[in-house]
Amino acid sequence: MALLEVDAIDVHYGDFQAIYGLSITVDEGETLAVIGANGAGKSTLLKTIAGINRPRVGEVRFDGANISGLAAHRRVPLGISLTPEGRRIFPSLTLEENLLVGGHTKRPGYWNLTTVYETFPLLADRRSRLGVHASGGEQQATAIGRALMSNPRLLLLDEVSLGLAPIVVENIYAALPNISAQGTTVLVVEQDVNQALKVANRVHCLLEGRSVLEGKPAELSREQIASAYFGI
Amino acid sequence: MEWANAIVQGVLLGGLYALLAAGLSLMFGVMRLVNLAHGALAIVAAYAGLVLVQKTGMPPFASIVIVVPLMAILGWVLQRTLLNTALNRQALAPILVTFGLAVIIQNLLLELFTADNQSIDVGSLASSSIQITPDIAIGVFPLITFIVGVLVIGLLQQYLARTATGRAMRATSDDREAAELMGIDNKYVYSLATAISLGLVGIAGVFLGIRTQFNPTFGDATLIFAFEAVIIGGLGSLWGTLAGGMILGIAQTVGAQAFPSSGVLLGHVVFLLVLAFRPTGLFPKVVNG
Amino acid sequence: MSKSLAGAAVTQTVKVRRSTRSSYVGVAVFAIAIAALAIGPFAFLTKGNQQNLVTLFTYIILGTMWNLLAGYGGMVSIGQQAFIGIGAYGIVYAADNLGVGPIIAVPIAMVISGAIAYLVSFLAFRLSGGYFAIGTWVIAEVIKLVTTQITALGAGSGISLTAFAGAKPEIRIATVYWMALASVVVAVLVTYLLIRSRLGAGFTALRDDPTAAATLGVHVTRSKRVIWVAAAMGCGLAGALLAANTLRVQPDSVYSVQLTAAMIFIVVIGGIGTIEGPIVGAIVYFALEQYLSDLGAWYLVILGSVAIIMVLFLPQGLWGLLSGKGRIQLFPTGYRLISGPPIAEGSKES
Repeated sequence: MALLEVDAIDVHYGDFQAIYGLSITVDEGETLAVIGANGAGKSTLLKTIAGINRPRVGEVRFDGANISGLAAHRRVPLGISLTPEGRRIFPSLTLEENLLVGGHTKRPGYWNLTTVYETFPLLADRRSRLGVHASGGEQQATAIGRALMSNPRLLLLDEVSLGLAPIVVENIYAALPNISAQGTTVLVVEQDVNQALKVANRVHCLLEGRSVLEGKPAELSREQIASAYFGI
Repeated sequence: MEWANAIVQGVLLGGLYALLAAGLSLMFGVMRLVNLAHGALAIVAAYAGLVLVQKTGMPPFASIVIVVPLMAILGWVLQRTLLNTALNRQALAPILVTFGLAVIIQNLLLELFTADNQSIDVGSLASSSIQITPDIAIGVFPLITFIVGVLVIGLLQQYLARTATGRAMRATSDDREAAELMGIDNKYVYSLATAISLGLVGIAGVFLGIRTQFNPTFGDATLIFAFEAVIIGGLGSLWGTLAGGMILGIAQTVGAQAFPSSGVLLGHVVFLLVLAFRPTGLFPKVVNG
Repeated sequence: MSKSLAGAAVTQTVKVRRSTRSSYVGVAVFAIAIAALAIGPFAFLTKGNQQNLVTLFTYIILGTMWNLLAGYGGMVSIGQQAFIGIGAYGIVYAADNLGVGPIIAVPIAMVISGAIAYLVSFLAFRLSGGYFAIGTWVIAEVIKLVTTQITALGAGSGISLTAFAGAKPEIRIATVYWMALASVVVAVLVTYLLIRSRLGAGFTALRDDPTAAATLGVHVTRSKRVIWVAAAMGCGLAGALLAANTLRVQPDSVYSVQLTAAMIFIVVIGGIGTIEGPIVGAIVYFALEQYLSDLGAWYLVILGSVAIIMVLFLPQGLWGLLSGKGRIQLFPTGYRLISGPPIAEGSKES
């Protein structure tokens, strides 16, 4: 059954409309990738699901309940967790403190410091490093670990690969199967199409705030994706 | 030797300034709000202590037990009503609103208590002292103030460093939106920070009321001294704030020893020198969020 | 809005205009008002009226200066009393000790204020936001404490302006009145021209988004310093007028933070970020002071409450309310794009 239903939402930044009548459904346990060029509305979609933005029209339903008006901090206890674009690590906190803040809501589940360190072994050694001093890869691993600490039912990952070396991206995506294995539903936003196709059960391609293509990676041709991506 | 005595007195005075400064610093750290009513609120606490002591005859130190929670509740309410609203408005709103609040409080106090100087009477404690050397005597009351100041700052430091809510406060200070994504309610964190800040102001206000004669206009100087201690110490570091308070205290007492009636001016001069040569303060926090 | 303009740009000519019909009316009204005020002492103003109006003019200057700082420069200062005090002491020192006469003493007082403001800006500008506000206050306290150490300036008890001694009271009062009237006109006009200048466009960018302004090449600190010094000179002018009006300078009153509080109330009540706002605010503040000051401290409690309510719920102030959120501008500071011929009828305006 559908865990998340995004139902015909319009999202604006002031006078600028970023998303037009977008509908997306994510089933419990699946991994959905949302791809699209810069400015397609991918990050806006995730922020709207997480509660940072509010839709002007339409509804966001989680587990059947309308959460469109709920503040971001009230969505975390329900099991929605966003790893924001740019990672947004707390710079004056150590990496371990960053993880602990992620567990602020004390939602029970598989994830805790030990399991996060098992999944991202590099963090275990760097736990007392300040966020500001951590490398990009360490920050990204911390950001995902921090989101996992709230034991989310729905994990939203925004531009995990951005600004990281390919090898680091590989390492981080290697953790994804383990995350899915705990039954976590994952919605990943990526500019790196190949990476997205590799990890996802299903793909949505956004163009200028609208969904223009949807399907299973195996069923979509390169040409279809390219034309949806660039709008040609 | 009178110089050594002046230094000792300055250090002790620094404990009081640090208490005042810690609250100002905490609110700024957590929500980037400079509370210009901070000094006026300290005088509210002093009058609250005075009224309790005069009306109920309770011992002055016992009044702190009542004043601190009252001030904390006031802080909570203030944050929930005025300050959160101000933080959501244009950039100048928090400064203007807290300035307006300072004016309101000062003039309400003038209506209620007149401009006469008053002081909370602690009897013989006010004059009792411990003779360290023939020239240096440490007043018992200033010593108590200092010890309380150091203890409270140490506790606050531990609270911020070790507890989950302390961590949530630091996270909110670093990145409010990211903290919200962790399930932290920033309005709650802000209210808590202001409640703690005014709780500290409660302690400081009663001590101030015991230490000196005060009247409703004392809030201005109180705000300025707290601010100077924060800047001298360096933003974002509580131990720095304590050191800043002590340096300001020493500058004032040594200054008064050298040029009677110019103690306050010399405190300002030390502040300006720090601003000129070490604008990040003498003991800045290593990381800037 | 932007769509229709863009559409219009293709088919029609677009004119850039600064003046509006209301601004022509505004200029006319102001010119008549100033002319009437100028002949007032010959016709309908008593000595008391004139002295009161000097106070009002001073408030307009002070409000305009604080608005220049906060409304255009984004700097909330609680230390402007420093420059009011320097102006007040400056006119007395220049007129009496240097013997230049009270009228020449005014620009001298302003220059002294500006010079000291320039110097202290290097300290004050190391702080920002609320800490800048308190920092300016400390600087004002230091200037006051230093002034009270100077015996030539009367130390703690202050000094009197004696340059007018010998002049008939009606001549003296009218002279000060005309000085104040000229000052307020010049102060408002200079502020207006400053904001309309190229520098001023940068100020507005600075207020709206300092980082973006900096990347666009607006020299942030230099622009702020120009505003800071100009505002200090304006405050020095106001201080000189206060001293000329009352003939007495006392450190506790000319260096009082209450003066800056008054400036803040004037700007907040009138409306921040417009030329007209502080003028309206000063008139309202002056009137309130006349009628409510016997309430004592309650008066300031009321004023503080009104200010907070205005900041939170009516940030554009009374002028914003009167002008329909800025559609009427007596002193247009921005540019407006007006498309095609229809403007001849003025249909797109106000």
